[in-house]
Amino acid sequence: MAANASRRLTGLAPTGLLLLGAIYCLFPVSWVLIASTKSPAELFTTPTLAFGTGFLSNVTELFAYRDGVFWLWLVNTLVYAGGGALLSTAVSAISGYALAKYRFPGRTLIFNLLIGGILVPAVVLAIPQYLLFAKVGLADTYWAVLLPQILHPYSIYLARIYATAAVPDSLLEAGRLDGASELRLMTRVAMPLMTPGMVTIFLFQFVAIWNNFLLPFIMLGDDGKFPLTVGLFTLLQAGANQPALYNLILTGALLSIIPLIALFLTMQRYWRTDLSSGAVK
Amino acid sequence: MTSTAKRRRPRGRPSLAPYLILTPAMVLFALFLALPIGYTVYLAMRRTRVSGLGLGKGARREVFVGFDNFAAAISDGELWAGWLRVLGYGALVLVVMLGLALLFALLLDSARVRLARFSRIAIFLPYAVPGVAATLLWGFLYLPSLSPIRAVFDVDLLGATTVTYSMANVAVWGGVGFNMLVLYTTLRAIPRDYYEAARLDGASELQIALRIKIPMLVPAIILTTVFSIIATIQVFTEPATLRPLTNTISSTWSPLMKVYRDAFVTGDLYSAAATSIVIAAISIVLSFAFLRVVRDRAFGEG
Repeated sequence: MAANASRRLTGLAPTGLLLLGAIYCLFPVSWVLIASTKSPAELFTTPTLAFGTGFLSNVTELFAYRDGVFWLWLVNTLVYAGGGALLSTAVSAISGYALAKYRFPGRTLIFNLLIGGILVPAVVLAIPQYLLFAKVGLADTYWAVLLPQILHPYSIYLARIYATAAVPDSLLEAGRLDGASELRLMTRVAMPLMTPGMVTIFLFQFVAIWNNFLLPFIMLGDDGKFPLTVGLFTLLQAGANQPALYNLILTGALLSIIPLIALFLTMQRYWRTDLSSGAVK
Repeated sequence: MTSTAKRRRPRGRPSLAPYLILTPAMVLFALFLALPIGYTVYLAMRRTRVSGLGLGKGARREVFVGFDNFAAAISDGELWAGWLRVLGYGALVLVVMLGLALLFALLLDSARVRLARFSRIAIFLPYAVPGVAATLLWGFLYLPSLSPIRAVFDVDLLGATTVTYSMANVAVWGGVGFNMLVLYTTLRAIPRDYYEAARLDGASELQIALRIKIPMLVPAIILTTVFSIIATIQVFTEPATLRPLTNTISSTWSPLMKVYRDAFVTGDLYSAAATSIVIAAISIVLSFAFLRVVRDRAFGEG
């Protein structure tokens, strides 16, 4: 009994520390949730934790801002993050599969080259990428934001680990004995087995592209092609000295994080950083 | 042995399949990684020379200048001032963020914690918030006219000295959850029997954490540290987003902001290219230096 009580007591401090961490992490998000319900006047006068009455008018005002440019930013972000993550997952999955399941000359070299990309800082790439895109007339287009984000070294690394664990050699051998082509083995045997791992890679890439600021900021000039991050940035630049615009900026910030938080909460079991066990619970 | 004859494709004959499958990745690698890097090196070694009054055809020529731009970048006081700021900021972010990530991961993994699932999800949540939005939220929370923090502590959170801490807070907030998850996932993969054996020997939870869990986490800690070093050195989004809200952040606050200014505001691509190579070199050198320091201790495969 006494041991039990002291056990319960020692559990209190860790629980308390973790809850403090949770409160710290939830604080800005809950604050913006409340702040975005306030009308411009309420924002500076009502208590921090009091809900306001202006949420709907804030949202209406935001979507009316500059002829509804916020809508475009939302749709653009979906195109960049959805399309980019889809392409990236496909390339990562097949590359990881090839690197995991074939023995061929140059395998280590190709793997090291692709993985070495992790070490290259984005800054070294973004500006020359912009200049090169400008040379072929593709700067300030959707392609300029989509294409550079397809190759993602860490995803290839994860896909390779996952393929090693999830695709049994015996199954491929059996398929070969049955006369299946290598293409058929990949699309019909390997890819279905790798699907859970691919979902994880897709999610991480989706978030990474959704959150990316530097690349679209450098590539794009036309605000009709902006993703939310760059759009919010320009909104802040325009409104930082005009407190009357603060409610728009805060509502914009809230709307730009809601889709990701929803994705994040509904796909809980796929958020893993380690794929080596070969199966997502 | 006997089955070899039956196989349509004998083992050991190299097939074209892996090369074909890897073609998309290699093409992307060539176009969006190798080519831009090569182009940066090329640009960094060139400069526009103006002859005469700079008027008429051929008066502006691009010439090869070797390492002049690098020399200029390295001797640029503004860049070094940026480095110093980022080094202080980065050290703060790395220590606090990874320290908290390790603490939270160990706490989550200890058997007696309640509400672990809620805490884990809450702490990982900022990962889903874009850096721009995170900086914007905290930036408004720092603003004197709105800040609930200012109502409790009377400090100017956007002052010349405090702004570094305020910015570090944004980075810690955004990064602690992801790093915690990496460490926590690694911890969950350690067989539970290890702890049982230690408990039977009379080890306390704290001893188990210090003597068993942390040593086994070393490779994961190294990995997260290297990634964090690379990310921190390139800090751009946070200072750039906070800049409209305060006048304490210059347009060259971080080295990457200076690269951006050189390339797109003052239009000096050559010095921007040279500076970005210097940044890349420093981040790679720091990562490798870190790896070297810790390699002897424990560096597991994988």
